[in-house]
Amino acid sequence: MITVENLSKQYGAATVVDDVSMQIERNSITVVVGTSGSGKSTLLRMINRLVEPSGGRVLIDGKDTRAEPAHLLRRRIGYVIQGHGLFPHRTVAENIATVPRLLDWDAARIRARVEELLQVFQLEPATYAEAFPHQLSGGQQQRVGVARALAAEPALLLMDEPFGALDPIIRAKAQDDLLDIQCRFGTTIVLVTHDMDEAFRLGDRVAVMSEGRLLQYDPPAALLTRPADPFVARLTGQAERAMRLLSLTTAGEAAVPGSSTGPAVPASATLREALSELLWCGAESVAVLDAEGRPRGRLTLDLILARGRP
Amino acid sequence: MSAPVAAPYVPAAASRLRPDALGVLLTAVGVLALFGLPFVLFKANRILPGEPRSLLAVLPAAGAWGCGAALLLAALVAVLARDARLRLGGALAGLVALALAVAASGDILTPPGNNVVRVAPGGAFWVLLLCLGLLATDAITRLRPGPLTRVLLLAGFFVVMGLSLAHGTFDHLSVMREYAVNSERFWRELLRHVWLALGSLGAAVLVALPLGILCHRVPRLRPGVLGTLNVIQTVPSIALFGILMAPLAALATAWPWAAALGVHGIGAAPAAVALFLYSLLPVVANTAAGLGRVSRAAVEAAHGMGMTRWQVLSAVELTLALPVILTGIRVVLVQNIGMVTVAALIGGGGLGTFVFQGIGQTAMDLVLLGAIPIVALAFTAAVLLDALVEVLERTKA
Amino acid sequence: MSGRHFAALLRIAALALLVAFLVAPQAFAPVFAPLTQYGAPPIYDQGNLLSLALAHLGTVCLAAAASTVVAVGLGILVTRPSGAQFLPLSRTLVNIGQTFPPVAVLAVAVPLVGFGEKPTLIALFAYGLLPIFENTIVGLRTVPAAVLEAASGVGMSARQRLRAVELPLALPLILEGIRLSLVINVGTATIGSTVAAKGLGEVIIAGLLSNNNAFVLQGGLVTALMAVLLYDALAGLERRLCRTVRID
Repeated sequence: MITVENLSKQYGAATVVDDVSMQIERNSITVVVGTSGSGKSTLLRMINRLVEPSGGRVLIDGKDTRAEPAHLLRRRIGYVIQGHGLFPHRTVAENIATVPRLLDWDAARIRARVEELLQVFQLEPATYAEAFPHQLSGGQQQRVGVARALAAEPALLLMDEPFGALDPIIRAKAQDDLLDIQCRFGTTIVLVTHDMDEAFRLGDRVAVMSEGRLLQYDPPAALLTRPADPFVARLTGQAERAMRLLSLTTAGEAAVPGSSTGPAVPASATLREALSELLWCGAESVAVLDAEGRPRGRLTLDLILARGRP
Repeated sequence: MSAPVAAPYVPAAASRLRPDALGVLLTAVGVLALFGLPFVLFKANRILPGEPRSLLAVLPAAGAWGCGAALLLAALVAVLARDARLRLGGALAGLVALALAVAASGDILTPPGNNVVRVAPGGAFWVLLLCLGLLATDAITRLRPGPLTRVLLLAGFFVVMGLSLAHGTFDHLSVMREYAVNSERFWRELLRHVWLALGSLGAAVLVALPLGILCHRVPRLRPGVLGTLNVIQTVPSIALFGILMAPLAALATAWPWAAALGVHGIGAAPAAVALFLYSLLPVVANTAAGLGRVSRAAVEAAHGMGMTRWQVLSAVELTLALPVILTGIRVVLVQNIGMVTVAALIGGGGLGTFVFQGIGQTAMDLVLLGAIPIVALAFTAAVLLDALVEVLERTKA
Repeated sequence: MSGRHFAALLRIAALALLVAFLVAPQAFAPVFAPLTQYGAPPIYDQGNLLSLALAHLGTVCLAAAASTVVAVGLGILVTRPSGAQFLPLSRTLVNIGQTFPPVAVLAVAVPLVGFGEKPTLIALFAYGLLPIFENTIVGLRTVPAAVLEAASGVGMSARQRLRAVELPLALPLILEGIRLSLVINVGTATIGSTVAAKGLGEVIIAGLLSNNNAFVLQGGLVTALMAVLLYDALAGLERRLCRTVRID
């Protein structure tokens, strides 16, 4: 668990982060959103002390982060930035092995770990291990960036606009992959973005920042239904909030027993997608199918509409 | 995203009163030099080795205290002040005091009517000059003056130096003694130096511009042309001067009219030809590079508006490439001013005459009479052309 | 024959020619004989060409090694946070320094250290500093911010970051600076012979003094050939070392 206590950062007269306190649960994904200049990146960078706080402190599992030298702390925390920051003079395998080498792992363990991560990130080791970053596509570079951050099995992963440089289709895939990785390794993730859709899609909890202050820190649904102030409401998009709310629930979660003659949707689809399907086909209900394609229940228009209200 | 990405490079904000590192370093070096090295060297004649004299031993008490106070002021400002204007003021005050002190030393140590005795600036003077010069340079760098201000600063410096030289402030220093003996020759060689540097540059630009345009238009030619010019650059100047003497001498013998025009095996002609050859590469390379950087869209738009090829070249491409071409010309000019020095070895004249004569006679003062104006010329050329390039780039942006 | 093979062949031929001339100069006497008058010797006979060439190269390399150590060290210093306040000044100094003609530096060094190798070494050292220093600074400062951030982010200490990331990425530019300064200095070192340094300038000056063009040409060609080969060899080394570094 990470405890942020009264964290502040001033550059000269300008206050970039202003007295922020929050608790981040273990094994969760926390997304920090805000406009540019809101202080969200600085907040993230104070957690691994790339920026030293002017006031307040950060505790990881109850231990003050200032208890050890900053570079040793950072070896235990994964860090991914926009544009990946891969070392252009090192191969993919060497890039991934960076932190394990800093930690003096033995060669066999490093090799095994690199191989495992390449497999997990769908990069065929025979092809990609010895490749240089400039030989990879943007999406592959981004995956190597995440793999490098996870190499030393950190319990905490910090991500600063990790998908900002990707096109929409690759970005959606990268977001799905991140959710899978989080399930697989149980890593605690703190991610900074300015993309509201990304925040709702990935976040167990979302922190909204503006002008250095933390305005609201809640699960996504609460952000939509009980915005703490007009800025949060504007940021979450009043015109779209009903649709956003629907996208937080899957068809499987909302389905009721019964069958339907209408179109079929998979249980993993969101209610937003189910509603879209209903409108498109002019049907009154959809059939919900599980992963094996067996009927699992149904969803009616009324049921969906009820979910879109606060 | 919002925080400065290069955070590790931002120097720690230091609003507290903290001594300036450069100021402390330079003050320490200056103090060591002042007490450890001679301020001036007294020589019974121009060839004899000098006897060291310290500042305190030479100047009367009032003068020494005055100079010391000015130097102390410069040091205090350098260590404590943050304001760049104040720092520049302190450094200039120190420089003026230093100049007056060395001039006064010359006056005091030279017996009236004696033309044999030489008083040369010593190690302490040169080190202090370097320290104060660095302080002034640092202050000017911090002020970030625009191109016009830089040219004005340089002009101001020349006016002050010119007036004090005309007034005879430094007349009793050894370099000026050498000048007094050689004054007529000095101006002749200076003029010749400038002519050799500028003339070969002018001729080179006339040839290099079309050649650069050709390299840009016909990329196939580029490696060959640039490679050849590159090889020419590696031939040492002294050898190229020498090698060119033979064909030019043959030319002069074969065609008397060429000799009448001043083409001789020995003298300025081989130097001019060699400098011309050295000048080609930077101008050709920068012309081709500058044209290559002109945006394709601008050229296409110009064609689209119905400009002829010649109009596109002159009004769009060359105009946009001008700053890069001028940068090449700056490189050539500064390089030429230095290389003309070597021409003296083959009878080409120029300020190098004094340098090599001085080396031959082990007369340091004569070396300086040649070397100081050479450095001043090269520096002036660099400042003027840098300012020109910057003005051109600014009007474009 | 492909272009690359042709270049390699040319390189070997040039090297062979240089070595052959330095080892057995008399064999080339017929080539230079037409340039001499009144029965003057066609090949430099006042000293061993090979030892002069080696002394020349030694002076240049010693000066270059010294300039590299100092320039790279200073370049690293002014790009660290602690030395950042010296950065603007040092860049200005580099620009000013480039306007000092090497001959002037050489001449001014003589009264300080006397005749011989020393003033040449000082002039070459001072003149060689500038391209290396400039390129070191540019190389270190153009390492992409994201890469620096990532290096700190993964927990490298400042020293580790410098050694493992910044210097390797700046290496191509640093090597280019060393190459430039070496080539300039091979030519400039000939002037050192005017202050009695041992080197190929001796041959050229002997030719100028005795009006023997064969000497001038020999000295000039050997120096130029050495410069070209050195340039070429270093460019090859650079490509080999830096094949992998590509920053877009």
